[in-house]
Amino acid sequence: MTTADLIGKIIQVVGGLAIFAAIVGLLFFLLDKAPRRGKDYWQLVVFLAPALILVILGLIYPAIRTSLLAFTNNQGDFNGLNNFVWMFTQPAILNTLLNTVIWVLLVPTISTTVGLAYAVFIDKSRGEKIYKALVFMPMAISMVGAGIIWKFVYDYRQSGTQQIGLLNQIVIWFGGEPVQWLQTSPINTFLLIVVMIWIQTGFAMVVLSAAIKAVPVEQLEAAEIDGTTPWQRFTNVTLPGIRGSLVVVITTISIATLKVFDIVRTMTAGNFDTSVIANEMYTQAFRAAEPGRGSALALVLFILVLPIVIYNIRVMRKQREIR
Amino acid sequence: MSFTTKRRILLPLAAAGIVGLALTACTGDVAAGNKAETDCSDYEAYGTFDDNPEVTIGGTIQDIEADRLVESWKDFSTCTGIDVSYQGTKEFEAQIAVLAEAGNAPDIGIVPQPGLLGRLAAGGWLKPAPKAVEENTDEFWGEDWKQYGSYEGTFYSAPLMASVKGFVWYSPKEFKDKGYEVPTTLDELNQLSETIAAEGDHKPWCVGLGSGDATGWPGTDWIEDYVLRQAGADVYDQWVKHEIPFNDPQIVEAFDAVGEIVKNPDMVNGGLGDVSSVISTEFGDAGLPILDGTCSLHHQASFYEGFWPEGTDVSPDGDVFAFLLPSVEAGGEKAVTGGGEFPVAFSEGTEVDAVRAYLSSDTWANNRVKLGGVISANKGLDPENASSDVLKESIEILQDPKTVFRFDGSDLMPAAVGSDSFWKGIVAWVSGDNTQKTVDAIESSWPKS
Repeated sequence: MTTADLIGKIIQVVGGLAIFAAIVGLLFFLLDKAPRRGKDYWQLVVFLAPALILVILGLIYPAIRTSLLAFTNNQGDFNGLNNFVWMFTQPAILNTLLNTVIWVLLVPTISTTVGLAYAVFIDKSRGEKIYKALVFMPMAISMVGAGIIWKFVYDYRQSGTQQIGLLNQIVIWFGGEPVQWLQTSPINTFLLIVVMIWIQTGFAMVVLSAAIKAVPVEQLEAAEIDGTTPWQRFTNVTLPGIRGSLVVVITTISIATLKVFDIVRTMTAGNFDTSVIANEMYTQAFRAAEPGRGSALALVLFILVLPIVIYNIRVMRKQREIR
Repeated sequence: MSFTTKRRILLPLAAAGIVGLALTACTGDVAAGNKAETDCSDYEAYGTFDDNPEVTIGGTIQDIEADRLVESWKDFSTCTGIDVSYQGTKEFEAQIAVLAEAGNAPDIGIVPQPGLLGRLAAGGWLKPAPKAVEENTDEFWGEDWKQYGSYEGTFYSAPLMASVKGFVWYSPKEFKDKGYEVPTTLDELNQLSETIAAEGDHKPWCVGLGSGDATGWPGTDWIEDYVLRQAGADVYDQWVKHEIPFNDPQIVEAFDAVGEIVKNPDMVNGGLGDVSSVISTEFGDAGLPILDGTCSLHHQASFYEGFWPEGTDVSPDGDVFAFLLPSVEAGGEKAVTGGGEFPVAFSEGTEVDAVRAYLSSDTWANNRVKLGGVISANKGLDPENASSDVLKESIEILQDPKTVFRFDGSDLMPAAVGSDSFWKGIVAWVSGDNTQKTVDAIESSWPKS
């Protein structure tokens, strides 16, 4: 590409943007001049159309296509429920489903509990901001980055040589033998879960800390005058006060956990019985060239996420009604 | 003009300047080769194109290998006027089917697996090979290679480069010092391993199967080598075509023979640890203990030459060299597994045909091999052009009419097996699963069509 080409391309981009702006302006102008009857309706259509088109193209169409693909073989022919039969008869895939369940049970509960406890303990303490930043920082690291960092922590060198993995070095300080952490099932799955918790705790802590600060001081003082212990104040005043935020945090982390892919792919690539649905979905659809099997796994993932989303929406709605 | 207004103008100006500079840095005026200074006699047959049509090529080849690839058609490009542009990405294999389906594939894709070629052909996206390519293939390649470039009777592509798998790397110096002989049969190889193990100085073999999300593939090469040598080429063909099941006793035998080495704590893992380190060691690092003298034998394809550190003497009397994994009987026909690439076309046109014809010619093979690092199975290739002794030996093996060549089996199997369950099976097998459980699991994953 020459410099002249580049300038030409920049002019093209700027020109394109100008034309787009002109069309939008014209549309709004015409809309303003539209007959009074049904004007609201037309405005609604024009403002909703771009978002609607994008949602249909980017979400609804692929969702339908994936659902249909789930019932086809690698040639694209309809094969009934074969992909689901395959999924529930292959020990490796059953293990994948089980792992996903373990992930989704442990990560949201532990990271929310730890995040909440941390938020309560550092609340109104000196240096609160620094403490918060320390725990929040892992949130800023990409999942792949976190995976690589923790891969070093779990690294193994044969006994007698210099260990570069922190965990094995600690084991040696206590007089043990180094362990192939990431190859030892089932502990490896839990070690991967630790990474996800490490990332998500910061998120839980920040949101819950803000929610705790929003609990009215009057209620806490009233409870204190009534002679409650701090624990009673926490369970009876603070917790109900932050229930909305708690639900949001737990559901958000649950969905993020169901989708987890990067950590597993970077650290074990799904080997040694650590695979999860999202990783297996990619492997089947792209590496194994079995889009049908991949889509079937995607469908299962979708069905698993659905109840969490529905619950989240229902809680939100209830809260709106209270207000 | 007050200071603040000045600043208000200066800031955007500075920003625009920086962006402009950054953008110009991304562009370079590519100098066209000088036709008058290039010897164009080899390229007259391909015609000249005055309007400089562009032919795009995509593939998995990257970095220095990609630079050499581009270099190999520089003169062709200058003489014919065809602008050949190459783009390499590691995700090529995963993306090419998607790109083809969407109509966005490059003109030519360099596909490293016959299985993928078959999949693209079955999708109806490939253009059959033009006459010139077919003539070149008939002249310069064996019938077996032509088959790998065909799908259901239609010929799509001549092979490009090739590699020979199943080499065993060793240290000629160590062999000389300790009086070891290069084995000529599999039994001799096993005896040699036991001799080295018995001396107790170090474990004889160093093995590494790690390769990111493709961990396990070097193990599939081991199995393929043993199936081809122990059970023979016919069984090998039946096995990759699934005419015999994956859990056939002959395949189990090959697994067990390999297991005698890679799962045997007396045999592995020289300089690297215990059996568990077989999986955790990256394949690229696994042979290096040979240089420290903590390992004697390492099984890997000819390309491993590029993994030795700079300054390593790779020659029959040097620091390291390789012998072909021996056959069951001495002096029998040489059976080798190997790999190769196939440039397939997604679009038609005289300029695309010209590029395809050039890539299938002996001119290209010699041009590319001269640049170093690779070989081709093209019979018009002069072995003297090879950049090293190992590559020279590989070319001679490929050109020897007595050699039985078979393509890497995992590349011929359906991807669900060849690049998924076979790899995973190897990982689970080396981690402790028994052979029967492993082959049964792989068999059950074979897609039913």
